[in-house]
Amino acid sequence: MKPLLTANNLSVQFGGLKAVNNVSFEVWPNEVFSLIGPNGAGKTTIFNLISGLYRPTGGFVTFEGEKISTLAPYEIARLGIARTFQNIELFEHATVLQNLLVGRHCHRHTGWWQDLLFTPRVRATELQFRRTVEEVIEFLELQHYRDSMVAGLPYGVRKVVELGRALAMRPKLLLLDEPSSGLNVEETEDMGFWIEDIKHDLGITVIMVEHDMGLVSRVSDRVFALNQGEELALGTAAEVQSHPAVIEAYLGGADDEPAPTAAAGA
Amino acid sequence: MRFLFKTDYRQDLRLFKHGGQVFWYGALLLALMVAPWLLPDYWVSQLIFVCIYSIAGIGLMVLVGFTGQVSLGHAAFLAMGAYTEAYLQQHGWPFALSITFSALVAGLTGIIVGLPALRVKGMYLAIATLAFGFIVEEGLARADSVTGGNAGKMLGPLEVFGLPIDSDQRFYYLVLFFLVLVVLGVMNLLRSPTGRAFVAIRDSEISAQSMGINLARYKTTAFALSAAIAGIAGAFYAHKIRFLSPDQFTFLQSIELLMILVIGGVGSIYGAIFGAAFWIVVQQLIVLAKDWLPPAIGQQTGLQPTIFGLILVGFVLFEPMGLYGRWLKIRTFFQLFPFYRKGMFRRQKSYMKSERLK
Repeated sequence: MKPLLTANNLSVQFGGLKAVNNVSFEVWPNEVFSLIGPNGAGKTTIFNLISGLYRPTGGFVTFEGEKISTLAPYEIARLGIARTFQNIELFEHATVLQNLLVGRHCHRHTGWWQDLLFTPRVRATELQFRRTVEEVIEFLELQHYRDSMVAGLPYGVRKVVELGRALAMRPKLLLLDEPSSGLNVEETEDMGFWIEDIKHDLGITVIMVEHDMGLVSRVSDRVFALNQGEELALGTAAEVQSHPAVIEAYLGGADDEPAPTAAAGA
Repeated sequence: MRFLFKTDYRQDLRLFKHGGQVFWYGALLLALMVAPWLLPDYWVSQLIFVCIYSIAGIGLMVLVGFTGQVSLGHAAFLAMGAYTEAYLQQHGWPFALSITFSALVAGLTGIIVGLPALRVKGMYLAIATLAFGFIVEEGLARADSVTGGNAGKMLGPLEVFGLPIDSDQRFYYLVLFFLVLVVLGVMNLLRSPTGRAFVAIRDSEISAQSMGINLARYKTTAFALSAAIAGIAGAFYAHKIRFLSPDQFTFLQSIELLMILVIGGVGSIYGAIFGAAFWIVVQQLIVLAKDWLPPAIGQQTGLQPTIFGLILVGFVLFEPMGLYGRWLKIRTFFQLFPFYRKGMFRRQKSYMKSERLK
């Protein structure tokens, strides 16, 4: 079996700051791969490198064996990589349905002049898009919000809509940036079920950045821990959590000053 | 209140969502068709201006309201359309060809102006388009072999497929026909992937490109379409006024167009049309009011801009959604009567966006 996505000695530097330093990993088809690490570890930066929003200063990313680090973000999306954002980036002044339909954009094959005339072909594609989107709506139980404007929706629902928009692309790889941030316990639990279903039922590979270790250990096949842009540990959730370097990164080392107990709880 | 029972996805693709809409829009069209017989010539002439400004407004709306790009130089696209039309007519091109070509020339200019839009945003784009407006204005004055320079350019009588358009009535039908075409075209765009891509770019460029939208291509398309529609408006403007000079296409004209959108309501086709109608009607009311006001006020220079300035400030403060927003509220009030609440249209505070790329 070939890895779906690989990062090879990936580095990016902003001025003097090495945000990601020589990171390599492989993501296998149909697994949930989690990136964890303290704030500023470079997790979201890795996402931005994969989706083409940043250019690596060293190393490269491959997807299905092809180098993608020189492609523009929209070209990467067309290969089948969808993503969500840490601070929801929905199209606020559009309905949920329209947001999800934008997710089908890569699959259009009509030009603007056909759209201008709304030719039968455009109509047929629209109906086809709608069917796919309705499947996503059903999967995520968004029926109730279908025609609501995003601007008026509660945070938890927006988070699901964003996931839906990414799923509407029918991607091969899904990048989830902190899917549970800002969600309550119940919503986080739902998110966990959905991620499991995305993997098992839809067969989509997931890379996830997440702080909630409960969610991480529940859904992840493998966990990759980072600190200050460098690899700390790779393995199952339990292995990584008990890895001395990870404990040190989160809680401070033994030779540091004794950490206050409150910090240990956080 | 009407509840639509939807049983088919095709229902959501229809331009008219229910029978009521068909009826009312049909009635509106009928009223517009008989208007030139019922109204005195002077008002027919004003209706023509409403149509022309509506077309220009819809053009600008595609860019500002739907794609979220600013343009302070839209008068230049009007000018491109107007002068191309005048020039081609002079050289004996038939109307059907010359208007298409006017739209094309304006559209191509739009692509050129759109190029900086791929690099700059917001304020800087506004300044780039502003500069473009001045360049065109200056260019028109200098290129007197083609444009007649500051002395101006006259247009001959218009003829469409052998039919002389020699009265305001006939011209009105011609403009109305094109307005309907433009409205239908833009409505089609909005219910198709291109229109959604525009809106996506307006609301979040970062996620638009992560959804596979080629920003450069769609921004250029938006500029080209917007300019082409403005070019059509310009061509009709040329035929209506029958005399073109560079001082008709100044920076102020561009600002006027933007004001029309803000007053009408940014983000909908209705907004452009409401705004244009309001603009023309209020202008006429001011002219009428001049006779009634004491001469000290009525004969003041700058009365009209002052009044429009005040109206604009009023809208920004009290009704940022413009006339269309007000109309929506009134309609909702009656639909829900007596359950309308004051805060129904208040937008929820949007959440902090802390991380911005680029």
